[in-house]
Amino acid sequence: MIRQISKPLVWVALLGRMVLSGVQEAGALALFALQGIINIFSPPFYWRIFVGSMINIGYLSLPVVALTALFSGGVIALQSYTGMAQYHVDSAIASIVVLAVTRELGPVLAGLMVAGRVGAAMAAEIGTMQVTNQIDALRTLSTNPIKYLVAPRLLAATIALPFLVIIADILGVLGGFTVSIMKLGFTPQGYIMATFNAVKPMDITIGLVKAGVFGFLIALMGCYHGYRSKGGAQGVGASTTAAVVAASILLLVFDYLLTDIFFSK
Amino acid sequence: MTQSVPKIRIRNLSKSFGSNHVLRDVSMDVETGTSFVIIGGSGSGKSVLLRCILGLMVPDSGSIEIDGQNIFELSSAQRNEKLQQMGMLFQNAALFDSLPIWQNVAFALLYGHRKNKPKVSRHEAYDIACDVLKLVGLDPTMVSDLYPDELSGGMQKRVGLARAIASKPEIIFFDEPTTGLDPIMGAVIDELIKSCVDTLGSTAIAITHDMASAQRIGDHAAMLYKGELIWQGKAKDLLMTDNPYVHQFTHGLRQGPIKVETKVK
Repeated sequence: MIRQISKPLVWVALLGRMVLSGVQEAGALALFALQGIINIFSPPFYWRIFVGSMINIGYLSLPVVALTALFSGGVIALQSYTGMAQYHVDSAIASIVVLAVTRELGPVLAGLMVAGRVGAAMAAEIGTMQVTNQIDALRTLSTNPIKYLVAPRLLAATIALPFLVIIADILGVLGGFTVSIMKLGFTPQGYIMATFNAVKPMDITIGLVKAGVFGFLIALMGCYHGYRSKGGAQGVGASTTAAVVAASILLLVFDYLLTDIFFSK
Repeated sequence: MTQSVPKIRIRNLSKSFGSNHVLRDVSMDVETGTSFVIIGGSGSGKSVLLRCILGLMVPDSGSIEIDGQNIFELSSAQRNEKLQQMGMLFQNAALFDSLPIWQNVAFALLYGHRKNKPKVSRHEAYDIACDVLKLVGLDPTMVSDLYPDELSGGMQKRVGLARAIASKPEIIFFDEPTTGLDPIMGAVIDELIKSCVDTLGSTAIAITHDMASAQRIGDHAAMLYKGELIWQGKAKDLLMTDNPYVHQFTHGLRQGPIKVETKVK
């Protein structure tokens, strides 16, 4: 059919088709998210799945998030020292570390790590259930698959991520602290004083709000792409990749938007 | 006009995917307490027909009445109530591979959102699961705590059967119950199906292309060819009918009205 129309029109048709499928996708995703949220608040709620997801997302992600935060905090201390030393304002290092970690690095790095770890696992699990008819089987056993599979995961991720980020914040500051004391010759008292002078409760709160939003996005992408898996092992693989990529991109976009809303005044 | 309302009445059901007409004007009645077998080759629309009756798929036109009520005119709550009375044995058993066998069998009791049914405790559910496992010839002490991937294909089918009948459904669907099993295990499964259906007094619909199985399970039979029901009658007449399509299919003949292309033009 395409061959019959002239060259420029082919591109217009292609553009049109892309826009249409983009809008369709956005609509489907919004509907899916809405269904997920509604099913969190309407009974029954599957506590077992919720607790299992909490353990998986929160507790089992601790090591990777902790290490990431520790080293990032340290690296920022090192990098800002090399930058600051020439202006003789190296006292600013503590405040740079704590603000960078609580406002940005804590939520974003924890989010990206969890997206890779948990988002992928969710997409693979739900995708496998989809291609092996287990989701149809749920329906025939009077169970709403969105309520059983999606709602508990959305809620668990939204709650678990802020807790992870609290720990990431603490360890990020600890990383900066350790490097500053051991390598850069700061006194512990001075560093801690400077840290507490620099950080405001608002910085931490907004970081945690970001974390909650990121958690929701990660679980949403994992469930959505898993749910739409088609065609066996390859399909599940594709949806796993899509879930991680989409979650990472959305996370960075929302990070920008939330920063713009909260900090740019 | 029949004297009583049939359990399932299907009228002029059609469904197509794009230009591919999967079901054309299918009409059939299934009387309460009888078994209806639908035979037909791969891609003849059997699975789609089943999925339409189960409400997993919406047909383009036509009606499906269960107990005299058109399921497409019911509210979603009423339709869920109808769905609650149905059980299904999937072709690949579609067991939940993250749950142990007993939870698979008792799934609807444990997790299903069942209206007007008493709540069952985990302990009671376990006992019921064990009883049902015995019914399908599995020793609960051996299998109840295993996971689906630790069972053979035949045992998985039995667990799938147990799961389908655990909530004592009024209608049970069987999607190629003997496919992938050796002939002896196939006969065992057929016998179990027959006895379960008889004990529960359920109405059964099975789709299969296994002739021996069709004759063992079915009271009535029909043949689906290219989305049309081309023959209906008693299951025991399947092998005797002079309908050329049915004759070719049931006898597995290469020559006949059904053409299968083996060469690409």
